[in-house]
Amino acid sequence: MREIEVTGKTVEDAISFGLEQLGVERSDVEIEILEQPSKGILGLFGQKPAKVRLTIKSRVIEKAKKFLDDVIAAMGVKVSYEILQREDHLLINLYGNDVGILIGYRGETLDALQYITNLAANKNEITPRRIILDAQGYRERREKTLIRLAERVAEKVRQKGRPFALEPMTPQERRIIHTALQNFEGVYTYSEGEDPNRKVIIAPKR
Amino acid sequence: MKGLVEVLAKSLVDNPDEVVVTVAEGEKAILIELKVAPQDVGKIIGKQGRIAKALRTLVKAAASREKKKVILEIV
Repeated sequence: MREIEVTGKTVEDAISFGLEQLGVERSDVEIEILEQPSKGILGLFGQKPAKVRLTIKSRVIEKAKKFLDDVIAAMGVKVSYEILQREDHLLINLYGNDVGILIGYRGETLDALQYITNLAANKNEITPRRIILDAQGYRERREKTLIRLAERVAEKVRQKGRPFALEPMTPQERRIIHTALQNFEGVYTYSEGEDPNRKVIIAPKR
Repeated sequence: MKGLVEVLAKSLVDNPDEVVVTVAEGEKAILIELKVAPQDVGKIIGKQGRIAKALRTLVKAAASREKKKVILEIV
């Protein structure tokens, strides 16, 4: 959130000065009047300027909604969504009959839609917000699956003493694997290759 | 399909009025051509084609029910 406090002879003066400094239109900000100007006694003593606070409004949520509504309509899928404000991101949860189409193979469609939604909603925003798309708890389920996979493979690597390469994954998925095995006795993990074919290697500790 | 490509492209570029989408439908495949203002080309291709790849993934998903191959060309 970007905000400034400015002063001026009148409230109006202060506002237009502030808008100029921010380089935005009046409709882009929320205005809070902190102090009314005072002329003072005989216009001499105790003169006080007007003071206002201008806060740039974020349009990220509005734009994300408009974008998703348009995409859902254009694709002709039966999908609804809810937007949840989280501390450091917006979580958009998709649900409905056709949600599978928007998830795609291993979540690749969901990742693509998440990426484009971030670009579209944060376009020209001074304070961008990270948007995470989920679909009926898909990401949580996938995380659990990945952790199980990681532990199973790590167990095997420890027994056989040979490194094992997992299939290519996105950075987010690779992070889940690394984190899951951080404290797993007898193995360590690293990544190899270039995106989109970068994969996690689980190797035995010597 | 045309509508979807338009929505996606227009939300990414600075000059939405210059987005032109043409569709040629064949027997087995649909060819979609996307044209944007020269200064917007980077906004629909992205670093190492990352945006273009995401757009193709979404178009492919939308076409999955039509049993036809979809080719998205950026011209």
